[in-house]
Amino acid sequence: MTREMTYRDALAAATMDAMEADASVIVFGLDVDDHTRIFGSTAGLLERFGPARVFGTPLSEDAMTGVAIGAALSGLRPIHVHIRADFLLLGMNQIANMMAPLRYLSGGRLAVPLVIRAIIGRGWGQGAQHSKSMHGVFARLPGLKVVLPTTPQDAYGLLRTAIADPNPVLCFEHRWLYDVSGPVDPAIAVSLGTAAVRRAGSAATVVAASWMTVEALKAADVLARHGVELEVVDVRSASPLDMDTIADSVARTGHCVVADYDWTYGGLAAEVAAEVGHRCFGALKAPVERLGFAPVPCPTTRPLETLFYPSAVTIIRTVERMLALPAADLSDESFYSYESRFTGPF
Amino acid sequence: MPESPSLDVALMRYARLLLIRRAEERIRLEYPRDEMKTPVHLGIGAEAIAVGLCDAAPEGTSMFGTYRNHALYLARTGDLDGFFGELYGRVTGGARGKAGSMHLSSPAQGLLATSAVVGTTIPVAVGAALAHRYRGLTAPSVGCLGDGAIEEGVFWESLNFACLKQLPVVFVCEDNGLAIHTTAAARQGFTSVTAAVSAFRCLVSDASGVDVHQVATIAAQAFAHVATMQRPAFLRFRWHRALGHVGIHEDYADGYRDAPSEAERQASDPLALCEAGLRARGVTAETLVEYDAGVTARIDAAVDRARSAPLPGADDLTTDVWA
Repeated sequence: MTREMTYRDALAAATMDAMEADASVIVFGLDVDDHTRIFGSTAGLLERFGPARVFGTPLSEDAMTGVAIGAALSGLRPIHVHIRADFLLLGMNQIANMMAPLRYLSGGRLAVPLVIRAIIGRGWGQGAQHSKSMHGVFARLPGLKVVLPTTPQDAYGLLRTAIADPNPVLCFEHRWLYDVSGPVDPAIAVSLGTAAVRRAGSAATVVAASWMTVEALKAADVLARHGVELEVVDVRSASPLDMDTIADSVARTGHCVVADYDWTYGGLAAEVAAEVGHRCFGALKAPVERLGFAPVPCPTTRPLETLFYPSAVTIIRTVERMLALPAADLSDESFYSYESRFTGPF
Repeated sequence: MPESPSLDVALMRYARLLLIRRAEERIRLEYPRDEMKTPVHLGIGAEAIAVGLCDAAPEGTSMFGTYRNHALYLARTGDLDGFFGELYGRVTGGARGKAGSMHLSSPAQGLLATSAVVGTTIPVAVGAALAHRYRGLTAPSVGCLGDGAIEEGVFWESLNFACLKQLPVVFVCEDNGLAIHTTAAARQGFTSVTAAVSAFRCLVSDASGVDVHQVATIAAQAFAHVATMQRPAFLRFRWHRALGHVGIHEDYADGYRDAPSEAERQASDPLALCEAGLRARGVTAETLVEYDAGVTARIDAAVDRARSAPLPGADDLTTDVWA
């Protein structure tokens, strides 16, 4: 039955439903059981399932990542939660040296069914160590799946599918998406490795990841008023990457802007651009453009932070240049609405 | 001193020590052919730890090891074909050659994973213990580590979490006093690892790892303690690494450590010690020679089978990535 709910509630509902359905699902991580419950995304779980299935951990991300692997090898389906993706990096040895290759190293005799949830921070001074995503770094490791839900429906559906998947799955959740509200039908299965066309258009394709999907849809709204219809493809899954949906779109529009929520160098944007260049070579009417973070660490102060992130404005101007259109007058448009609303501190 | 095991048990342990020793000695002979293309970290001198530990481990124990894992693999499985098949990179290896020496495992027999990055399997063993507890299984988990791993943060993180949750995990520190070529004194800002670990809520033991029967006794006591008290254990077993860190050669001539005297060499040799014990109990030299001949014949056959087994084909490259 479809219900209206926020992204945060959808995450909690997906976890709740998965734990109801499967007693092998457990949840742990710093603060998953404190009074704030990871911005509400683990709300209700401790009360419903108790501390054997829902527990906070020591500040030991490295070991707890290994604990998740060991538990997954031994019949459980752990969900390890990080309130910032930056903290996930403390577990990188376990992720890159064990979690990803372990099935291969075992000759297919082991499976590692676990989920790591990581929240991408932004704004109000999160700075260089509370703002990273780096999903492209993880997506390039064979053996790992990586998803980036952008809607409440996908937060629910992708997390349910990730928990049920026999492989390790990393789920990157943008902090600003937590307040987004939308319909959620638990019966809708969202498979890993499928992109979603969020808006149909013929002028250019914007391939967006995570929060950039919100920015791309905003850009599409604005440009539509100027007679330019963008097609917005939400990547949803960085690994497996649904290049068929992306390439189909670009083959129709002939133009492609990749708007990633990460640095562009060697990341998802680079991968998509390379694949589009290869698959759509004959259809492209202009070079593929990549948008992402400025190639600097994330600054703390707001004016520099605004310059650091790509935005709807960046997308609009990029599309205009690509299509040789005059720059639209944006003076009546409202941008950065979330930056103005988000008051932190976290 | 440990209680004397029955003669049958003593002979069984001897046979296992012998199997491991002869298998690794065979690797030293085979390696120069350059057919066995995998970095080997031989455990000559450490065999008693693996044999005693595996002998004492309750049914259903999950085990995790290091890259110096040949003894653990053979003690746990006795599977020479899987062993040599994997070392030769053949399809008869447990992982069809994708693992090699540093990642030997046999999940069906409870050796779940080994790792080439120091300390990496320690928390994984703790996670297995967590799952065993959660699922109501009585068997514990075992995480083997070298003394170098003590300096990895993940060891202390894992120990802390295991002791916090009082999980059924046994940490086994196979301490040879060397991390590659660096002595403990040059690496450690503490005087006693067991004293440091004693500050945690777990059983702590410190013993020589040369006498297989003593190792088995200590391990059995630890497993009993873990089962009845529902808390972790940390067992340190000291041993002498007879060869270099990696490869097949002795390295005393390299100058970073002193060569042992012949008496010290004998005293640090688990096989010689076990053999002397059997002789003292009246087992004849002829009997031991028969054991040796039998083991050697099995190894000869296993090596022949491995060398003639197929190498994996192109199809194997992309399998086993995804479940």
